[in-house]
Amino acid sequence: MRTSFVFSEVITGLRRNVTMTIAMILTTAISLGLLGGGLLVVRMVDKMQANYAGKLEVSVLLTNDVSANDKDCTQQPCAGLRSQLEQTSGVETVVFQNRDEGFERFKRIFEAQPELLKLARPEAIPATFRVKLEDPERTDVIKQAFEGKPGVKGVDDQGKFLERFFEGLNGLRDVALILALIQAFAALLLISNTIQVSAFTRRVEVGIMRLVGATRWYTQLPFLIEAVVAGIIGSVTAVAGLVLFKAFFLDRITRNLTESGIIPPIGYLDILIVSPWLFLVAIVISATTGYVTLRLYVRL
Amino acid sequence: MIRLEHVSKVYKTSTRPALDDVSVEMEKGEFVFLIGPSGSGKSTFLRLLLREEVPTRGRVYVSNFDVAKMSRRRVPRLRQSIGCVFQDFRLLPTKTVAENVAFALEVIGKPRNTIVKVVPEVLQLVGLDGKEDRFPTELSGGEQQRVAIARAFVNRPLVLIADEPTGNLDPDTSQDIMLLLERINRTGTTVIMATHDHGIVDSMRRRVVELSYGKVVRDDARGVYGVGR
Repeated sequence: MRTSFVFSEVITGLRRNVTMTIAMILTTAISLGLLGGGLLVVRMVDKMQANYAGKLEVSVLLTNDVSANDKDCTQQPCAGLRSQLEQTSGVETVVFQNRDEGFERFKRIFEAQPELLKLARPEAIPATFRVKLEDPERTDVIKQAFEGKPGVKGVDDQGKFLERFFEGLNGLRDVALILALIQAFAALLLISNTIQVSAFTRRVEVGIMRLVGATRWYTQLPFLIEAVVAGIIGSVTAVAGLVLFKAFFLDRITRNLTESGIIPPIGYLDILIVSPWLFLVAIVISATTGYVTLRLYVRL
Repeated sequence: MIRLEHVSKVYKTSTRPALDDVSVEMEKGEFVFLIGPSGSGKSTFLRLLLREEVPTRGRVYVSNFDVAKMSRRRVPRLRQSIGCVFQDFRLLPTKTVAENVAFALEVIGKPRNTIVKVVPEVLQLVGLDGKEDRFPTELSGGEQQRVAIARAFVNRPLVLIADEPTGNLDPDTSQDIMLLLERINRTGTTVIMATHDHGIVDSMRRRVVELSYGKVVRDDARGVYGVGR
């Protein structure tokens, strides 16, 4: 196989059809960019789940009356609630956090948002039992047993909140993946079309090649490589797009959330880990589409 | 060398067979004219040899290839042993004379040092030395056909198939092309030429196989175009 011959054919092919080639590259890039975005969200959710897995707590919030008057949880009903909590099966630890400590914690979490801190008053923060369970899934037990008891304002389940948050992220991921799929379909049709046009413009050449006894590989490989090269350029563009999106957009809008540790930041490393998959998908899809097109629509 | 045994070819779109129980044999080094009116089956005959078509019935042998039965993968090997020339030359307009000839070798994977050696040789054989760097549009019809012949012959095929090679040329130029084909034939290459050109067939006095409605109606060892002409 004379590689120099095949590659000169590929370059002529891509140049001859430059508008179609650009369309093909852009569609592929957008499709892969969305796929990459979806994969990054998946990574983020995984990281968050790992981050929170050991830390999830149920908060038993105490009434304003208790919060204001019982700083050390020595009086009733606070002391009683604490021993009841400690005796409940499945409870690992119970930590009492009074109003002042709660306010300190609040200030730490939201130190990036001074506007919010200015508005906040310690009186708005209730004293809280932070209950850690042996099985973080079994929060309903605490909720059922303690909700509505004297001195209890409410039971707050972090898990439920996080679940809603994950649902939001997963929805985002699904939207990205569905859009990626639609774009991938468009890219597929474009690749197929470009190959057909390309084969048509080169029909005399290909006719001669067949006649003098060139093998299938020689006649078809230039078309296949053309598609794969466009796919690779598309995936490089997609990765560049993800990097730019992170640098100029994502970092800015998520800075507060990442700095306060609520969501893990998406780093360049994450993009680096995702990008081989984009290359692989690009190569597999363009090569398969090219091959199928040549088999079905182009008589070489 | 070439043998057809009871070959019939029926196209799906037609009720009448394009070839109807044709049996014919051609020896190595022969020069054979294939004549007959349009639609008599000449093109189908040639396409069967190249395995552009597969016969409906019968067997086709070219050299040691069982053409009708061979696997798709071996078809390139068969075609590498057959050279082809057409009425319309089929040259690549963006390539020079030398590049057009070299193309036939490049696409079957011949090494570059072979190509740079044999291309000038064959161009000299067909009388085009000095015109290597011209483009096809800068050449006369006869010269273009010489390029096509050079391309067909550069890989030293066992058989040269010429489908109306003089159809687009004036009589004098046609005569030159025939001399060239004779010269190629003298190297031991079997030449099969489909033609309508009475003058050429009559003056060459070579074997004539005449087809009519898909049947061989005449096979003369040293024939003329029309009986009694």
